[in-house]
This record gives sequence, structure tokens and C-alpha cells, in this order.
Amino acid sequence: MLKLALPKGALQSNTANLLQRAGFGYADYHESSRVYRPKSQGFPALFTKVFHEKDLAVQVAIGNYDLAICGLDWIMELLVKYHSDAIVKVRDLGYGQRNLYLASSRFSAIRSVADIKSSSGPVRIISEYPNIAEALALRFRLRNFRIMPAWGAVEAYPPEHAELAIIPATTSEELKAKDLVPIARILTGNAWLIANRNSLARKDLSSLLLPFHQAAPEAEADRDISISEIDSEEKFESSVFPDGEVSLALADGHQQSHTNKFLKKAGIKIRSYRQPPPTRRPQIEFEGVSVKVVRPQDMPGQVANGNFDLAVTGRDWLSDHKYQFPASPVQELVNLGFGWVRIVAVVHNNLPAESTGDLRQLLQSGQIPILRIASEYTNIADKYARDNHLSPYKVIPSWGATEAYLPEDADVLIENTETGKTLAKNNLKIIETLFESTGCLIGNSLSLTDPVKKERIERLVEIFQKGLAAPSP
Amino acid sequence: MKIPKCKGASDWMPQDMRQFRHIEEVFRKSCSGWGYNEIRTPSLEYLQLFTSAGTLSPEMLGRLYSFLDWDGWSGERVVLRPDGTIPTARLYVEQMADMPLARLCYIENMFSFEGSGQEARERWQCGVELMGSAEPEGDAELILLALEILSKLDITPITIKLSHVGLFRTLLKELGLPPEEQEQRLLEILTGDIRALGKIKGESPEVNRFLKLLLDLQGTSHGFLENLRSVLPEKLAAVKPYIDSLAGTASLLDSIGQSYEVNFASGEGFEYYTGMVFQFYGRGELVGKGGRYDELVPLVGGGNVPASGFALFIDKLICLIPQLSGSSPKILVKQESGRVEEMKAAFEIARLLRGKGYAVEMGKSAASDCTWIISSARDGKSFTLVNASTEKDQKGLSFDQLLQRLGESKEC
Repeated sequence: MLKLALPKGALQSNTANLLQRAGFGYADYHESSRVYRPKSQGFPALFTKVFHEKDLAVQVAIGNYDLAICGLDWIMELLVKYHSDAIVKVRDLGYGQRNLYLASSRFSAIRSVADIKSSSGPVRIISEYPNIAEALALRFRLRNFRIMPAWGAVEAYPPEHAELAIIPATTSEELKAKDLVPIARILTGNAWLIANRNSLARKDLSSLLLPFHQAAPEAEADRDISISEIDSEEKFESSVFPDGEVSLALADGHQQSHTNKFLKKAGIKIRSYRQPPPTRRPQIEFEGVSVKVVRPQDMPGQVANGNFDLAVTGRDWLSDHKYQFPASPVQELVNLGFGWVRIVAVVHNNLPAESTGDLRQLLQSGQIPILRIASEYTNIADKYARDNHLSPYKVIPSWGATEAYLPEDADVLIENTETGKTLAKNNLKIIETLFESTGCLIGNSLSLTDPVKKERIERLVEIFQKGLAAPSP
Repeated sequence: MKIPKCKGASDWMPQDMRQFRHIEEVFRKSCSGWGYNEIRTPSLEYLQLFTSAGTLSPEMLGRLYSFLDWDGWSGERVVLRPDGTIPTARLYVEQMADMPLARLCYIENMFSFEGSGQEARERWQCGVELMGSAEPEGDAELILLALEILSKLDITPITIKLSHVGLFRTLLKELGLPPEEQEQRLLEILTGDIRALGKIKGESPEVNRFLKLLLDLQGTSHGFLENLRSVLPEKLAAVKPYIDSLAGTASLLDSIGQSYEVNFASGEGFEYYTGMVFQFYGRGELVGKGGRYDELVPLVGGGNVPASGFALFIDKLICLIPQLSGSSPKILVKQESGRVEEMKAAFEIARLLRGKGYAVEMGKSAASDCTWIISSARDGKSFTLVNASTEKDQKGLSFDQLLQRLGESKEC
């Protein structure tokens, strides 16, 4: 059986159009569809699955899928680190152009590659593309650099929490609108049709390749990382980041409304956190405290490395961080109680397992040769397998749409759920609850060594604690 | 279920380990004889140690095993040691900076990512570093030490190839290439692509002729270097000191009758090399290489300390040295009845034999590499000695007679 993997998200609409032109006849894969296994009328024997774009290249590389459509940025993110991965770039599909830029902040004195190279201290680069960031740092021959992998919102970090960001955008103007200064364009690319090397060598994929060849116009943008410097006319604007200021990270995404409600309840006034226009730096009415809005997934790591003193995140992400770094200085300060979810182990209804013990039996009897555990929480998944002696196993990192992995591409998911309805809808069942997670205020214990910060942090913690008992507004 | 070993990893069998230990012993003894002291650096180092421009090339940095440590929340990465010289330079700066001259050696494993799994990801090497010497005599000392080790390992004849990275650096600069292209061409030369020089067109036919000579000719005496010096174009006069330096070492090797090949196409090496580089070939295989790296110690935070060194590749040497057998004949002391008196006698005889230098196993049946089998009589005072291969036996031997028979067979 031939297998094709398709992107969800930004490339979904154009990809659906291309597939239509090529005669694939997917009625249930279009701009707004949320179907994970669309059926092709043109190729009824073809198995198709929809993934988060970042997962596509990995799925082809490990041989789960013969073909996939994926942005060049995510292909390169894999290939720059794992040179020999089994991916063949078959055809530039001519749409979905995305550039990767290297950018600093307009409050930063860094304006060029030469400024970066002559930087004396450690250069911190934040990016959703950590492999590309590392390759770039090596190419610049930076002696002392830190790569800070992030789930997103990287524009929020420069200049005080990272010197540089690697960020996708269609034009450099988009970056300027985010208070960033583009320094260089490092990758330009469209969506590509990629193939697994083994599949190309051993299977007859011609019936699929030909329609793509005929339906996609000849196009070929830059294929590799190349540094194209941008002359910036942006003026450097100095900004004061005073000593002793407490840096608080608040969540974007679905945690935002919970957090906003809680802050109101606690009597903390904050502007532009929920209201349009959204900003990554809302104003808080609390002396000596500054706020940034970032991804909750990134917060424990960013609090640990001292970028933030405090953050409102979930216990799920705190646990994931602590499992990777047991000696991390991050600690939970207040359990905020909102955003309750369960972190659960999930299998497909067809798998004859009702508990983790049953999974172990399936492994021991050889019915499952190696347990594939897909999760956004890679460290929780790893600990679950270790603690339960589920050997052999491998953890498949995922960036979303994880429930689509079962049963073809994983045996178990470690996932969060509130009601379990979405899981049930996808024909999945919970076999174990690992723990319950709620929103929490976390802090870096080392921040308390600064007496000014200590006093402010303690006041904030007190207000958060009082907020727990306060009536809803 | 069988769990296979990691891609690109190797198991070493008892025979391999015999070869390995022999190489170690020869290496240590020779180094010690030349005044070198053994060190060991950690397998984990900070990535930062290797990222300074001039230490490792971007190509090598791209193959590092780098990861966040358990306290790596700051984003600081650690790596599995990819090279022995840079950590030695760090150790020197950290622990021995006050020593004007340090002779150091080590036996360590190096790690480098290799995607296909067809090649080794872990390699063992014997390394020697001479920190603090700028003289050609220092380079000659290293070459002679390497030759002594290889000779004691019965790997002869050895072909030595000499080249000079400093010469290339200066040459690229003198040819007027932009800095980026100089760096690019040098990296190509260091990865073994000497033809990179062929891509350069000099300003004059004279310069082009000289470049061609460098590429195409190999010399076998310091006379060759004299010849090069005499046809050196005026524009490339800055290269002359490097030819002189190479000629200095070549003359020393000439004077002790050691043959070598001056081959500029053998310039492959690390980016930290600054001066003469040398390679050792045994039976057609590259078994070791080294060179001068006068700028490495300052690059890792130390003073202006010149240095040079070499490494021999143990993985290669294991296959090239003669096959070694076990050190002494293995003996099985057989205990069949399981009676207490017999066990006691068996343990006692085994202890006495081990004291005499024999390898003694105990059990009911012989391992395939056992030479002798001994069993004791019921009284525990007389013994039967069986030749494991011929199965001929000698019964009723006293312990002294037993020792005598074993000793006789050892001498044979």
C-alpha cells in the first residue's frame, strides 16, 4: 500500500487545490477540514494521513510514509542535523513560499552579521528551528552561543532574553511590525513533494508522481541555507531594562482566557493581554514587573535559564521539564487550579489492552515488537515507559494532531484531555491517568537571591494566593 | 528479543582486546621512555571548547554528538569528545599553564556522528602532545617516537608523508584571495581536497607553475625543498620560512637515515594545524597523523604556547599487528564428584598454579582454549594431568611433578 502524508495548517488550502488539479479527488481535505485520514477518490488504494507540518519530514524519513508535502523550512530543519536521512526532495511545488529570517530587536544594537560575529558575550538564539539555528551559529563560527528551542512566539524574546531569533515570515516587513530588525534571510522555500529514499528505490510510485509532475508548475526556489544580508535602516532605539525588575511570562493560546480571568479575580490590572491589538508585551499595573506573552510549553525552560523570574504555565509542562532536568531551579509557587486536564496514556480501541500492564504483556509476548509512544510531552512519555518497564520502546515527538498517530504510526499516546470526548471520537481509549494538571505559577529559586526581586516576587505570590480565594468578578 | 548494538558502534572480542592491550602497553612504554606522562581528559566537554574559529572546521562541528546535559536548562550544550588534542590543550591551560614544557600522552576514544552506520562512530587513538616547543627538533622527536611505537608493533615499513598547513595559509593570503575564499580553500585542503589549489589562478605564469609543482611533485629528501625554494616566485616570498621550517625537519630525518616523502597533497588535517603536518602509512593504511598547532593554546584561553602532536589510530593498528595468543597456557582443574574434599583440593591446586602464573579455570568441562586438564585423586594429594588436544594423560603425579611437567611443556 502506498502512503501519502499531507500538511495541516498554513499549506492546507494550496495543497488541497494542487491535489484537486492532480486528480486525487479528496472531498474531505480542504482549507478548513479537520479530517486526519482523507480518502482519495482518484487513488482509492492510497492511504493518506494529515500531520502537523513539523512532523511530516520525520514521518517520511523514518519510512512511515512514501510521499509527503512539506515546507522546505521543516525539511531543512531535519536535514541540517541528520545529513543522511532518507529524504529525497522530489519537486518544488511552487506555492506556500516562506522565508526564514535571522532577526534582532529594534532595541538591540545588533544590526548585521558582522555585529553578531564580533559579539563578546554568549549569543542566545531562540527559534522553532533549533537545528537550523545551530548550523547557522557554526557557520558564523560563533565561539559561545546558546540555542534556545521554542514552540513559538519567538518574536517576544529579543533583546533582553535572546540576542537573535530565527523566525519564519513572508516578508521582512512582517518582522518590523513585530519590533524586530531583519538581519539576514537565511532560507527561502516553497512547499515540496518529498519521498522516502527506500520507497523510491523499491516501490512503483509513478502513478502518484506523474500527477504531481503534471499539476505542479516548474518552480525551484533556494534549496539550502544561504545568508543573504539585509541592510537595515531601522534606527536603534534604546530601551531601559532596569535591574531588579521581575520578569513575568503569561501564556498565549487557550490558557490565555483562564489566566486573564484569574488575574482579574486577583485584582491585577493588565492592558492589551486579551484585547486587540494583541501584543507580546502587555502593560501590567504592578511596579517593577514586566510581562511577556509566550507559549506555555516554553516557560519552564525559560524560567530555569533565568529569562523569566515567574511564569503562569501548566503543571503538565512543568513536569515535562523537571523530568528532563531534575536539578532545575524551577519550582511551583502557587497551584492556580484553573485549566484542569488529565495527562493520560491512550491506545486505539482495537488494541487488546485495558491497562499499562496489558501493554507490557503485549510487548513480552512479542505481539508488539517495539512500543511506539507519540507525544508532545516527550519526557513524560519517556518516564512513563521507563517506570512501567515497557521495553523496548521509542518516543515519537509530535507537535500536534497527535491523536492521528494511532493506530498506524504509534501504539500509545501520552496526551492531555479534559472530558475524553475528542479521544473517544477518534476511536481511542484511556488506559491510565498519569496525573492531573492545572495552571500554576512557577518561579526560579535563584531569582530570590536578589533582595529587590525577592520582595516583589513575594508580594506577587501573595496576591496570586489571595486571588485563589477571591470570588469571581 | 535480541537488542542490537548502536549504529556505528563496535564490540571488541577477547582477541581484539588482546591486540588493544598490547598496543597500549607498547605505546605507554615508548612514551614513558621519551619522558611523556599519561593524562586522561573527560569524555564530556562543553561544546564551547570546540566552536572557536580555528579549532574544528564547521564540517567536523556538524558531526558532533552535542546535547543538553541534565543541568542544561541554560541552553549550554555538552559534547562527546570529538578530538583529543583540543581537550589536552584545555587541560594544559587549566592545570599546567606554569610548565614551560609539557610532554603528554593519552589513550582515549573519540566520537563523531556518521549517518549510515557503515563507519565507526567511536574511534580509539593513542595521542602524544608536546606543549611548549617551537623547534623543528620537537616535530622530529614526535615523528621518531611514532616510528618507534609502530616498529615495536611490527608495522614496517612505514611511509611518512610531510606537508605544511602554515605554508598553505600564507600561500592563499599571498595569492590575494578574499578572506572568505582563503578560509574556504583552506578547509577544502584540510579535508583532503588538495585540488582546491588547482582552482586558483595566479596572476602570473610563474606563480601558476609553482602551484602546479606543489600539487604534482613529491620529494624524498630535503634537496627537494631546496629546489622549491630556488624556484619560488618573488611574489610568494612570504612562503619561504615555511619551506625552510619543513627543510629543517627533513634534514634531521635525512641525518638519521629515516626515509620520508614531502607531499603537499597530504595536507589533510585539523583546522587548528598551523605548521608542518605528517602522516604515517603502514601497509598502505593511514595509521596515524599529526602536526604543529601553535595557535590552539591561545584559542582555548592559554598563553602563547607553541605545540605539536600526533595520534595513532588504534582501530587500524589492531588489524595490522600480528595476531597475539593468550599469555600463558590455560588449565582446567576438573571437579566432577562435587565432594567437599575434592573441591577443597581443587581450589588449593588452582590457587597454587595461579601463584605460578598460570591461568586456571575450574569446572566440569574444558573451555575450547584450554591446554591442560588436571584432576585430583580422592586423597587430594596426587593428580592426573591430561593434554587437552592429544588427550594423553599422566596419572599419580605429585604437585611438584605436576609443576615440572607443566614447566617443561611451557619451555617447549
